[in-house]
Amino acid sequence: MENNIDKFVCSVRLEEELCKGCINCIKHCPTQAIRVHKGKARIIDRFCIDCGRCVRYCPHHAKVADYDPISIISKYKYVVALPAPALYAQFQNLNNVDYVLNALLRLGFDDVYEVSAAAELVSHASREFLKKHKNQGTFISSACPSVIRLIRVKFPTLLPRLLPIKAPVEVAAEIAKERAITQTGLAPEDIGIIFISPCPSKVSYVKYPLGLEKSTINHAVAIKDIYPLLLPHMNMKESQLKPLSHSGRIGLGWGNAGGEVSGLLTDSYLSADGITNIIRVLEDLEDEKIYSMKFVELSACSGGCVGGILNVENPYLAAHKTQRLKKYQPVSKNRAEHNPELKDIFWEEKIEYEPVFRLGNNFRESLNMLQEVEKLVKLFPGFDCGSCGAPTCQTLAEDIVRGDAQINNCIHLLRTHVYELAKDIQVLSMSPELDSDHEDTQKIKKHIEELMEKLAEFTIS
Amino acid sequence: MATHHILNYVVPGDDFTRAGEASSAVKNTLKQLGIDNAAIRKVSIAIYEGEINMVIHAGGGTITVDISDQEVAMILQDKGPGIADISKAMEEGFSTAPDEIRLLGFGAGMGLPNMRKFTDEFNLQSTLGIGTTVTMKVKF
Repeated sequence: MENNIDKFVCSVRLEEELCKGCINCIKHCPTQAIRVHKGKARIIDRFCIDCGRCVRYCPHHAKVADYDPISIISKYKYVVALPAPALYAQFQNLNNVDYVLNALLRLGFDDVYEVSAAAELVSHASREFLKKHKNQGTFISSACPSVIRLIRVKFPTLLPRLLPIKAPVEVAAEIAKERAITQTGLAPEDIGIIFISPCPSKVSYVKYPLGLEKSTINHAVAIKDIYPLLLPHMNMKESQLKPLSHSGRIGLGWGNAGGEVSGLLTDSYLSADGITNIIRVLEDLEDEKIYSMKFVELSACSGGCVGGILNVENPYLAAHKTQRLKKYQPVSKNRAEHNPELKDIFWEEKIEYEPVFRLGNNFRESLNMLQEVEKLVKLFPGFDCGSCGAPTCQTLAEDIVRGDAQINNCIHLLRTHVYELAKDIQVLSMSPELDSDHEDTQKIKKHIEELMEKLAEFTIS
Repeated sequence: MATHHILNYVVPGDDFTRAGEASSAVKNTLKQLGIDNAAIRKVSIAIYEGEINMVIHAGGGTITVDISDQEVAMILQDKGPGIADISKAMEEGFSTAPDEIRLLGFGAGMGLPNMRKFTDEFNLQSTLGIGTTVTMKVKF
């Protein structure tokens, strides 16, 4: 029951009336997934990896992340909040995570389960997995859904290298749901599992999870939405706080770049963050330039999850604050044997390659299309100006060959074509039929000459 | 109807930052053509190793890639100093790379052996003072 629309679900939406049709977003998209068409920047869902760069770079705030409003919690009889570790890093002078967790309860959640606690279970499982698969090459972190989506469409040879372990948020959701069912006796559909997310990529993950058929998370809300609502509830004395936090240094650090690898307790790793940097690392992994390492951690956002677009705080200040929170914590507080609700931490299904950038349906068709693309690219000026609505001359050529654009979308070629058209009219004006001393005919000829003079100013040498 | 696609690249000498450009571009084209993933990986590794060799030893060179529905044929040509002892050069771990190159993490003596290992056909011709030509094929 494969559904292509679901498979390529994307959590970035266009506010049409705000979009000016400029080229900022198309130029920043790492997978060239956006085209300006009829003055509006539209996302081609199958190319999009949900990295959120277009949201970050749109000067008109026309690209927005799609996520659920906090009011969604009223749909359920019992709601559990799953705060991402990045949430803790948003607050000034926070020295105890329990302030945030208690505030979540006061805000209306019935229980909380920290994603950072589940992250420690994932770290433990990752260590065991790497021990078992020693000398079997380099494994790649699968915690960032944008990284998985990028590999799924661009780096098929690296799919078997992905760590086949569920993301911490999924593990948290499964434990939280089981726990809530046992504690309340309610039916599963009456229990809402709500993730407080730092990015739209994880919102898409909730709708179309990778590595399993259906996510246990019901909804994803934004850190930036919940942040101002929590502040008035954090005005408590430390002695009034219910002890809820159950995360050690490893779990709390997961929201920062390098956090996941620090939980592996090995020095045979590499950690890269920021979309252009991780693409370079993936290229090098593909070319076997990186081969002696056990593990590669990749986050699409600079700084890690604290750099996600749904956060409030500057990611580097957030990293600093995490250090402070970790200071007096033990290394880890969570082990699988203390979490009987945890059934299976490994992926339930393999992730398949999606050849969305393939040109045709078979080799012969693709080859012909590729050669058409090359011919077109030679015609274009190579400015990659974006005025046609595609990010580069190459992508415009590919769009034309796919039947999604026309050659005159290139304004430079259009200008030449208009000039040639005008010259044809001039030739026409000299035809013998118009060779008459009649006053009107002479007027027309004079007018055409004037137009040609004006047109000459438009040509570029 | 076309049956082949030819790609040509110039590898500049002495610029490590640009080694890998050809392998990356070829990889991209092969993905657009829907070539088998395992074959793409082999071609990419073979060309990348060739690019690095040309930068380290030969002051650059040229790469021609011929893609058909059966195979990818690659010709890597340089006008470098040539290889004195080809069988020695094909041994894993044998390297004539200068120390400063080894300090950069290159010159481990795996370039040519890897090119042979990852291709279905491998042929190396070299003349001292004239240059080296490597022809390789990956079939699918």
